Amino acid sequence: MTPAEPLIALSGVTKRYGRGANAFDALKGIDLDIAAGDFVAVMGPSGSGKSTMMNILGCLDVPSGGTFRFRGVPVEGLDADERSLLRRRYLGFVFQGFNLLARTSALENVELPLVYRGEPRKRRRELGMDALERVGLAPWATHTPAELSGGQQQRVAIARAIVTHPDVLLADEPTGNLDSQRSIEIMELLTDLNRSSGITVLMVTHEPDMAGFAHTIVHFKDGLVDRIERGAGAGAPA
Amino acid sequence: MLFTTIILSLREIRRHVLRSFLTVLGVVIGVAAVVTMVTLGDAATRSVQAQIASLGSNLLTIMPGQGFGRGGGGAAPQPFKPEDVEAIRTQIGGITATAPQVQTTVTAIRNSANWSVSVNGTSSDFLVGQQWKIVDGRGFTPAEEIAGKSVCLIGNTVRTNLYHAEEPIGTRVRLGDISCEVIGLLATRGQSGFGQDNDNTVLMPYKAVQRRLTGNRNVQTIMVAVDPRYDSKAIQDAITALMRERRKIGADKEDDFNIFDTKQISDTLAGATNTLTRIVTAVAAISLLVGGIGIMNIMLVSVTERTREIGIRLAIGAVAREVLLQFLVEAVVLSSLGGLVGLLIALFACAGLSALMHVPFLWLPQINLIAFAISAAIGVIFGYFPARRAASLNPIDALRHE
Repeated sequence: MTPAEPLIALSGVTKRYGRGANAFDALKGIDLDIAAGDFVAVMGPSGSGKSTMMNILGCLDVPSGGTFRFRGVPVEGLDADERSLLRRRYLGFVFQGFNLLARTSALENVELPLVYRGEPRKRRRELGMDALERVGLAPWATHTPAELSGGQQQRVAIARAIVTHPDVLLADEPTGNLDSQRSIEIMELLTDLNRSSGITVLMVTHEPDMAGFAHTIVHFKDGLVDRIERGAGAGAPA
Repeated sequence: MLFTTIILSLREIRRHVLRSFLTVLGVVIGVAAVVTMVTLGDAATRSVQAQIASLGSNLLTIMPGQGFGRGGGGAAPQPFKPEDVEAIRTQIGGITATAPQVQTTVTAIRNSANWSVSVNGTSSDFLVGQQWKIVDGRGFTPAEEIAGKSVCLIGNTVRTNLYHAEEPIGTRVRLGDISCEVIGLLATRGQSGFGQDNDNTVLMPYKAVQRRLTGNRNVQTIMVAVDPRYDSKAIQDAITALMRERRKIGADKEDDFNIFDTKQISDTLAGATNTLTRIVTAVAAISLLVGGIGIMNIMLVSVTERTREIGIRLAIGAVAREVLLQFLVEAVVLSSLGGLVGLLIALFACAGLSALMHVPFLWLPQINLIAFAISAAIGVIFGYFPARRAASLNPIDALRHE
């Protein structure tokens, strides 16, 4: 990654599902640069391609055409395992449905990415507790997801995402399953992580209130970037 | 990573104790059955061999008839006479003891107690050949044998049932229609390999049995003890020649008597026991295979059930190999635990059944090790397919899975 290059650089990215007559273009040529430390909200009606976009940005999927350079590395040339290693090293995920492992304590859930990093048990414990502390759930470390509220579960998921100190936090509708009070708490947490830890946050949402926390808002429409608002939200650097 | 994976899989198994147990039940039963069968089979073989060895390793038993099944038809072969025994004793070299056996079963009565016993008319040579000790009293004197005096040696079962705590030596016991003086008590021999009680025996001079119980001069079998320094086969041939001559069998006729070598019988029985053990073991091994399929089935269900979990693991950076390893290790840990439980059950089953079957209790390290290795191998073989399916999942689809 050259100093001048943005963290994420998309150029002419397309994504086509199916073939022949059934082919469907979810993305029709996206050009987008995201700088390190940004807080980006992706908005748009359903079917506009924002989820496909997030899958590609999260290195879970590869574009059908165009180039996606993450930290200067062309992701479209990587195989599934190489992309896994990229996720392990640089990315953290937060999902709408929390996606915590059931019957597994909060701490064990948070430790999971460290297991794959090969961190020793003691270090996992430390980092895991640090991350839970960061989201304010240290006292709940031994509780299983079923024993936690939705807002708490999402915080555990955020702790899991940040425990590896990732460059980028990808959040897919993180507040979609929460009431407005919990939603605001989660957004404040994301904002704080973005500001104090310098984590780049990419978030998909359809709620303008939540998008308001972001620094940059990217509007999607019909598989294309419709418009970009910069520096407008509450998440803007003070 | 491997250690962590094993810990994770143990945790997973603990979370589903009942399901895990049911999953490996087939392996548990299979391992327990195979190990129990092999162990008991081995114990039975050893026990048969030990018991036949205790009869004297070099005993020949001569009995009238052709082969075991007395085929060939015609008149029943004539029994031996005391003169035949005498001829063998005086004319055949290399033997240490020769004894006639005249057997019958009678009811023995002592005071109010009565008990069915096997009466064996023989000579003191019988005890020499059988290496059977007298623990109390004395054996037959030559005078008593020649005169066919009504004296007897009793086995421990007879003593227990007729005398209880009373001292038997010097008392008289009624055997059928005759009365007999008890002069000695025989050492305990236990059950024979054929399930009959060796201690439910009364020994009498054969002449007494012939005269007073069977009413003829027939001798049913002749026992010959071979001096271990001599070749048993040569002695058998010499006896065969002598008996053919005495029984006037023409050169073109078959023998009308048989000579059984205890060593031969021992080998034959051990062979038969081994064959049976193998067959039963093979049947038990099939249940191991079925157990393996059971594991594969549940692991496949588990992969489907845990699709979302696999998606989460992939999303946070697990590579396919790690997911494969996780499921494989789970299957192997599960089946190995099943194997261990099976070995434990086999241990208890062997302890219980060996007492019941009157065979020695054994623990064979080799078969235990092999069975455990097989149970682990079942985990690898039948766990691989579901594990590969889990590892090949697409993270996006897996995360979306409900």
